Amino acid sequence: MTVQTAGRPLEMPGARKKGPRLMDLATSVLLWTYAAIVIFPLLLVVGNTMRPTREIFKNPVGLPTSFNFESYARAWEEASFNVYFWNSLTITVASVVLATLVASLAAYVLGRYTFSGSRILAAYFLAGLMLPFRLAIVPLFLLLNNMGLIDNRMGLILVYAATGIPFSVFILSSFFRQLPKELSEAARIDGAGEFTIFARVMLPLVRPALATVMVFQFVPLWNDFFFPLVLLRSTSKWTLPVGMTRFFGEFQADWSTLFAGLIITTLPLIILFLLATKQIIAGLTAGINK
Amino acid sequence: MAVSEPMTATKETPPKRKRARGVGSGAPAWPVLALFLLPAFLLYTVFMIWPLAQSLYFSFFEFKGLARVGFVGLANFKELFSRYPLNEQLPRAFIHNVYFFVGTMAIQNTLGLLFALLLYGSRRGKRFFQTTYTLPYLISPLVVGYLWSLMLNPLFGPVNQVLKAVGLGSLAKPWLGDPATALPAIILVNAWQWVGFPMLLFSAGLANIGNDIREAARIDGATSWTLFRHIELPLLTPVIGIVTVLTFIGNFNVFGIVWALGGVNGEPAGATDVLGLVFYRTAFRGGVDAFGLASALAVLMFIFIFGISTLALNWFRRMEENLT
Repeated sequence: MTVQTAGRPLEMPGARKKGPRLMDLATSVLLWTYAAIVIFPLLLVVGNTMRPTREIFKNPVGLPTSFNFESYARAWEEASFNVYFWNSLTITVASVVLATLVASLAAYVLGRYTFSGSRILAAYFLAGLMLPFRLAIVPLFLLLNNMGLIDNRMGLILVYAATGIPFSVFILSSFFRQLPKELSEAARIDGAGEFTIFARVMLPLVRPALATVMVFQFVPLWNDFFFPLVLLRSTSKWTLPVGMTRFFGEFQADWSTLFAGLIITTLPLIILFLLATKQIIAGLTAGINK
Repeated sequence: MAVSEPMTATKETPPKRKRARGVGSGAPAWPVLALFLLPAFLLYTVFMIWPLAQSLYFSFFEFKGLARVGFVGLANFKELFSRYPLNEQLPRAFIHNVYFFVGTMAIQNTLGLLFALLLYGSRRGKRFFQTTYTLPYLISPLVVGYLWSLMLNPLFGPVNQVLKAVGLGSLAKPWLGDPATALPAIILVNAWQWVGFPMLLFSAGLANIGNDIREAARIDGATSWTLFRHIELPLLTPVIGIVTVLTFIGNFNVFGIVWALGGVNGEPAGATDVLGLVFYRTAFRGGVDAFGLASALAVLMFIFIFGISTLALNWFRRMEENLT
C-alpha cells in the first residue's frame, strides 16, 4: 500500500498525489480570493479618506496621492464625531464595568456553591442569552420614562449592563467552578471572609475569563444602534451609530468625510481586536471549544 | 438557556466530576449569598426580564401616547392584521425575513463551513485567514451597511467600477435601487460581515472530532469526501444546530444593516422591509395608540422566534441522540 521511494518518508495512500496538490492550489486561490473580498473594501475606505471627494467621484478605486488627514478633522469637529465618540466610550465602558462587576459576584457563588435554588437561579440568568430583548422596548421605554432616565446616558448604561449579565454569568461561573477547593479553604483557615476570598483569591485567578467577558461585551455595545436611537434624544448625548445616521444625511456629497467617519467609528474596535484576538474568538466559540 | 445546553453537551467531562474537584457544598449563610447575588439579579430582572414580561401584559391594553387607558382584549392583535398599511407591510416583512434566513443559511453558513474545512489541518496561514474573515464582525452592522451603500452606489461606487474593469459590465447595476436585487444584495453584505462566525464555530466543532477517527477512516480507504459526508458532517450536528438557531435569531432581529442600506421604510418600495423595521415604525413612528400595537407585535414576534428556536434545538438534539 505505502510506497517508499528514496529519500521520502512513508506516506499515507493518496495523501500527496497530483490530485491533492491541485486541491491545495485551488484551496489557496479560494482562501486568498475571499481574504481579498474582506480586505479590499476596508483598504479602499482607508485610502479614500485621504483623497478629495472630487477625485473619488472621478475614480472610485484609486490610491491616495498624498497623506491628507483633513477629512478626519472635518468628521471629528464639523460632524460632531468628537461628541459621539466620547459618549460611546463612556457609555460602553461604564456598562461593561458595571455588568462584569455584578456578574462576577453572582457567578462566584453560583459557580462555587450549591444551595437551594442555585440551579434555578443559574438557569434564570442563562435564559437571557436567547431572549430577543429588543422586543421589550415599549415597557422599557415607559420604565425609564417613569424613572426620568429617557435621554439620559445613565438609563442606557443600566439597560446595557443588564443585557451583558447572562453571558458574563455563564462564562465566569464555569471558570470559578474549575478553581481548586484548597485555595479557598486555606484562605478561610487564615480567617478570610467570603468577600475577601472572592476579591483577593478567586477573582485574580479568573482574569483571562474576565478579559474575554469584557472584550466580548464591548463590541456589541459599542456597535448598538437600536437602544440609543430610541432612548437618547438630544444630539449632545448621541453615540456613534446614531450620530452616523444624521452624518450620512448631512455629508451626503462629501465622501471623503463619510469614509473618515466610518474609520473613526471602527478604529477602537480594530485596536481592541488586535490586542485581544484570543478573547474575541474565545467569546464567539464559548462552550464549544473546551 | 436552551442555547447553552447543546453547547455544554459537547464538552467531554460531565459537570459532576468538575464539581467534585473544586467546589465545596458548605455554602455561606443566606445573607452573604444574597449580597453576592442581588446586584446582578436586580439589574437583570428590572431592566431585562420585567420589561419582557410586561410586553405581554401591555399587548392587551389600549394606549393613548404613554398612558395605558383600558383593557381591550385581543383588539391590538386584530388591528395588526386589519389596519392599513400594517396589514400589508407585516406579511411582506415576514416573507423578507424568511428569505433572509434561507439566503443566509445557503450562502453565509455554507461558506463558513467550507472555509472551516479548508482551514482545518492546514497550518500555514490558518490564523491569518481566520482573523481576516472574522474582522468584519467587529464593525457595527449600521457602519457595514453605510460602507456598502457607498461601495454599491450606482454612480460613484467602486463595485460597479471594478465589475466594468474586469469585463463584467453587464453586472454593473444599481443593486440597491432595484427592488429585485436590493434584498439579495443586503443578504450578501450581511454574509460578508458574519461569515467568520459560523467558520469559527465549525472550526471548533471540527477540532473536537478526534483525529484517531479520521486516521481510522483514512486507513480504511475513505476519501476526503466520504470522510466529510459520513464522519465529519454527522458529528458536526450539534454545531450545525447552534449555527442554524443563532442565524435564525439574528436574521429575525436584523435591523441596523437594513436601515443603513434601505432606510427606515426598507426602500426601494418596501423591497427590503423586515420585521425589525416594521416593529420600530409601529412603536415610534405610529399613531397615538402605537404602544399597544407594538406590544402585540412584540408578543407575536417573541412567540415565533423563541418557539421556533426551541423546537429547532430539540430537533437537533434528537438528531444528535440518534447518531450515538
